[in-house]
Amino acid sequence: MTPAELAERVRSRCPDTIVARGDVSTIVDRDDLLETLAWLRDDDGLSLGFCCSVTATDWPGSDPRLWVAYELRSIEHRHRLRVKVGLAEGDAHVPSVSSLYPTANWHERETHDFYGIVFDDHPNPRPLMLPDGWEGFPLLKTEELGGVNTRYKGAFIPPVDTRTATT
Amino acid sequence: MADAPTASASGRQTGIDAVPGEAYVDERTGELRQETMIINMGPQHPSTHGVLRLLLELDGETVIGCTPIIGYLHTGIEKNTEYRTWMQGVTYVTRADYLAPFFNELGYCLAVERLLGIEAPPRAQVIRVLMNELNRISSHLVWLATGGMELGAVSVMLYGFRERELLLDIFEEATGLRMNHAYIRIGGVIMDLPDEGVPHIERFLEQMPARIDDYERLLDENPIWLERNVGVGTLSADDALALGVTGPMLRAAGVATDVRKDEPYCGYETYDFEVPVGTGADAYTRYRLRIEEMRESMKIVRQCLDRLEPGPVMVQDPKVAWPAKLSVGPDGIGNDPAYIRHIMEESMEALIHHFKMVTEGVEVPAGEVYQAVESPRGELGFYVVSDGGHRPYRVKIRDPSFVNLQAVPAMVEGSLVADTIATIASLDPVMGGVDR
Amino acid sequence: MPVERLEGVHLGKAPEEVEEEVRRGVLLTTLDRAVGWARKQSMWPATFGLACCAIEMMSAGAGRYDLSRWGMELFRASPRQADLMIVAGRVSQKMAPVLRRVYDQMPEPRWVISMGVCASAGGMFTNYSIVQGVDTIVPVDVYVPGCPPKPEMLMHGILKLQEKVRTTEPFK
Repeated sequence: MTPAELAERVRSRCPDTIVARGDVSTIVDRDDLLETLAWLRDDDGLSLGFCCSVTATDWPGSDPRLWVAYELRSIEHRHRLRVKVGLAEGDAHVPSVSSLYPTANWHERETHDFYGIVFDDHPNPRPLMLPDGWEGFPLLKTEELGGVNTRYKGAFIPPVDTRTATT
Repeated sequence: MADAPTASASGRQTGIDAVPGEAYVDERTGELRQETMIINMGPQHPSTHGVLRLLLELDGETVIGCTPIIGYLHTGIEKNTEYRTWMQGVTYVTRADYLAPFFNELGYCLAVERLLGIEAPPRAQVIRVLMNELNRISSHLVWLATGGMELGAVSVMLYGFRERELLLDIFEEATGLRMNHAYIRIGGVIMDLPDEGVPHIERFLEQMPARIDDYERLLDENPIWLERNVGVGTLSADDALALGVTGPMLRAAGVATDVRKDEPYCGYETYDFEVPVGTGADAYTRYRLRIEEMRESMKIVRQCLDRLEPGPVMVQDPKVAWPAKLSVGPDGIGNDPAYIRHIMEESMEALIHHFKMVTEGVEVPAGEVYQAVESPRGELGFYVVSDGGHRPYRVKIRDPSFVNLQAVPAMVEGSLVADTIATIASLDPVMGGVDR
Repeated sequence: MPVERLEGVHLGKAPEEVEEEVRRGVLLTTLDRAVGWARKQSMWPATFGLACCAIEMMSAGAGRYDLSRWGMELFRASPRQADLMIVAGRVSQKMAPVLRRVYDQMPEPRWVISMGVCASAGGMFTNYSIVQGVDTIVPVDVYVPGCPPKPEMLMHGILKLQEKVRTTEPFK
């Protein structure tokens, strides 16, 4: 299907669907997430049965703050769809889709490591990338880049995010 | 002390006179139980696939449970890109999957170019495809070399690296580096191919087919290779699709999908090549597929060389293009002296423009894209989000090795410990991509 | 025939070296030299390849840049049998305790080469997850810069280490 046709089809169930730069993306409520994904996967015309990745983006200062993005792909029909769910700050829960897409297991663990989003009913909610006992969620925009305050022969080199002043 | 209950290796209490490893009857529940042994394989181990740690629960020689533990190479690449300009993102992203650096660069640059709404000039596209396919060959050579060594065929390691050196010479001549080139940039490639580049690649194309024939003669019907690879690490198509596996692993199970054919980029629809698909779904099929992929890549390289037309290799838009002109000088690749004279002596605006473009870089309109390319390990995807500034807002690398490693427990549980090595070798994971 | 001794010309050893030799005795210095030579001749590296530098290290051990010219083609998997640890690649916070443990398991005498800028100083990854230089964890003898260093650069570093080993006094 072309992006426009795909968007039309998806819009019948999820009205908030747009086509931008060749990508079709739709915004879904957290409560409708599992049903919508099941429909997207099982519908014959869409058959978006392959989940490529699950990740999140942090937009501090806007509400909802955290946006979880699911990249879905159809091997048969050769089209893609992005499903996004917005989560408010302090309420970063979303149902886990690993019952529908087993591949999302590790993706969700990684997203939890980096953003602190809790995936309800996840079969194995343990840290994946970060060492045990790591405090904080590094990829949030409010977290520093880190790295040592380098001292070398009397000079002091601050971490990268405090160094450049051009932008 | 004969009356005290003892704790076994897994921490469960055994019966009083049970020996770990022997079957015994649990006094409380009355069921027949047997102890298993938990062995930790890695993160430092002789199998050269990097810092992967496997927690194996063994019953004798059979693997009952397997838990991959990753994160030992976590580099924070994604966070780092948010603090640098768009062009500097290329140097970060190229080190994710370090055996296929051109693919990382290409995926990232294609995503950013989609956000910008530009397209690289035709010669740059041909050069991109050329470098990518050569990189595919070199990545498969490392897979063959390390896979062979892990199974005991040490000479395959030396042959594989010998062939790889031929390719690294080509890369060094064209880009200045043997690995992690930062050659494919936003808007094209950073430098045109040198004069000796095309004859060099043609010499490589003459030498390589005979070498691949050598590998096939050495391994295809080798009884030890067959014993260790046939029927090992099977992953059916349904399991593979459910677990998100892509690349030669999925094609070995019979699913004919390849991003170059399904969603062509960089003009792949105009090249005449085939994507090998197998039905065995085991390690041997994956080996055969990768050898065939090397041959197909050489076909594509031949077509690239035939259709190279003179032209610019960087988009001409001054707001996007990298301002420097590079050329090979007496001490290596650097700025062209004529260009330096132009910005230092002739034109103040050119100097200011050069300065701004290098320090601030291109400004990318707000939006998000997901761009997939077919790396030697599977679908390599880039989810790039921009907020309209000079720095990326979010770069997420969907690395194929990360997803393929999820399938390891499914492939390994129930087989022998030695098969674990063969399975992981056939998976071809690169931990830089897995952990990023 | 008498050898003309020219004033101010250094013939062979410096006075301090000669004193040192006299103090230790001729037997011990010969033994020093022999042991130093033997130690450098066949150092066995432990496999500690982490990332991109590991591939260049493997290339250095492969056919073209042959490390077996210096007796080093035998990369030992077990640190108990190795005397050189080439930390090749970026060391993450999760890997740091493992690195220290492997170093502790190596028997003395042992040496460490920090290969690449990521191992030497954190490289381009000045962030939360990369240790900014393995010399914060293990003592390093030779730093080899580069991203990644060409096998020839690694060989240069190894030769420098061999010089250091050859001239180190093993018995003090």
